[in-house]
Amino acid sequence: MSQSNTTLRIELQFSGGMELLFDNQKTIHAKVPAFFPLDDSAEEKHAATIRDLISWTASNLLKERPELFIGADGSVRSGILVLVNGADWELEGELDYELEDRDEIVFISTLHGG
Amino acid sequence: MPGATDAKPTKPLKNPCNLCQSVRAILKRPKTGQQLCKECFFHVFETEIHNTIVDNKLFNKGDRVAIGASGGKDSTVLAYVMKLLNDRYSYGLDLVLLSIDEGITGYRDDSLETVKRNRDQYQIPLLIVSYKDLYGWSMDDIVKEIGRKNNCTFCGVFRRQALDRGAIMLNVDHIVTGHNADDIAETVLMNILRGDLPRLQRCTSIITNDTSEDSSGIETSKILRSKPFKYTYEKEIVMYAYFKKLDYFSTECIYSPNAYRGHARVFLKDLEAVRRTAIVDIIHSGEALSASVQANESTKLPTMANCTRCGYISSNELCKACLLLEGLNKGLPQLGIGHTTKIRRMAEAANLASGLSSPASLSSSAASGAAEENIKVVTHIKDLGQLETMPSLDSV
Repeated sequence: MSQSNTTLRIELQFSGGMELLFDNQKTIHAKVPAFFPLDDSAEEKHAATIRDLISWTASNLLKERPELFIGADGSVRSGILVLVNGADWELEGELDYELEDRDEIVFISTLHGG
Repeated sequence: MPGATDAKPTKPLKNPCNLCQSVRAILKRPKTGQQLCKECFFHVFETEIHNTIVDNKLFNKGDRVAIGASGGKDSTVLAYVMKLLNDRYSYGLDLVLLSIDEGITGYRDDSLETVKRNRDQYQIPLLIVSYKDLYGWSMDDIVKEIGRKNNCTFCGVFRRQALDRGAIMLNVDHIVTGHNADDIAETVLMNILRGDLPRLQRCTSIITNDTSEDSSGIETSKILRSKPFKYTYEKEIVMYAYFKKLDYFSTECIYSPNAYRGHARVFLKDLEAVRRTAIVDIIHSGEALSASVQANESTKLPTMANCTRCGYISSNELCKACLLLEGLNKGLPQLGIGHTTKIRRMAEAANLASGLSSPASLSSSAASGAAEENIKVVTHIKDLGQLETMPSLDSV
């Protein structure tokens, strides 16, 4: 099984304070599974979406205080902005956006004081 | 995934900008749902702030204006945009940056480094005023004394005065702050929940002046305060900073859980999810409520006078900052926290016994040498002369 079929190269960026939850890393080059759910016995698999990426990131990369990253319904906490390849995810289908190899996903927290 | 297969990003101009139609949109505006490309977003964002400034006649040509700068996203974008609009539209403003150093190690010292970089990047002079110099106590000192409960009360009361004191040192006519539409809507909610009508009035006005409604004729501060971002959404401020690659500091204050505001904020975001206009609706309802408070003469708002000790504007004999300081310096930090009227009565009784006029006599209730030392600075802002020794304006 070749690596390229099963994982996607995704560049994750964290800013606006989001990086503090990820060991102060502003950029993480991640190899994200291309299909979910990960459970091998799952009958039907679907191509990875941002919804999958968020929970995968929370279980694999997040270092602390998951409640500051994860919100209701498997989304990010309200107040976190998400960009997909430089554009507001609200223009890209939000949680249902299907990831592609070499996508760049940015998470920006708006929650810190001004 | 509905529509996922026929909407690959490779397709040219999947989401054209609603304005120029020729470039890919990068932002969906929270206010209108409009989708905009980067350049059109910058233009609309800046122009709306310009219109807010012009429509509300915030400034006069030649005004000297201090930008309250914390190094955070809002004030960083404010400094950048004020500079840009001042140049673009020839406002003729003399801009300065004013920062407050609360004395919080690991938080404010780092954010002040950001402000210093902003000073150099935007070529705007900077003055930093510290709690330690103004009041004799840094927030680190205060937290050591009183713990983490209630320390935000001290910080909030001290900051408001500190900004005014800094503005006096800078000889400015006007202070602008980075409060945005989301902040104001949160504050409206909090003030409604507390039934705080005076603050409800103040928080919705785009421009305030401590003495404007004071019929007593006593004036402490003629300095105007305004919020050019009153109608600017937080999401757009953050996106603007991101796309402009502005340098801002984003760490939460180490002493402030700010739980109450946090809940108001989450509630607001939930409302916004089901009703796009929730934020402007709440600002509007705050304005409508304060208009009806003003119209209803039977609703008594506190009359403003001046603090007998430091001269700052106050609705009581002692302003809140002097009351809090007295508590700190006497080793009774509860003074001024909680039920203010009751505690004021206690303080006044204590002062009658020990003689209010002489600060030295305060030591009678706090015998330690350390307390004695602190008492030397109890007069804080009374001594405006002392401010001459403050760090001088750090020009570029």
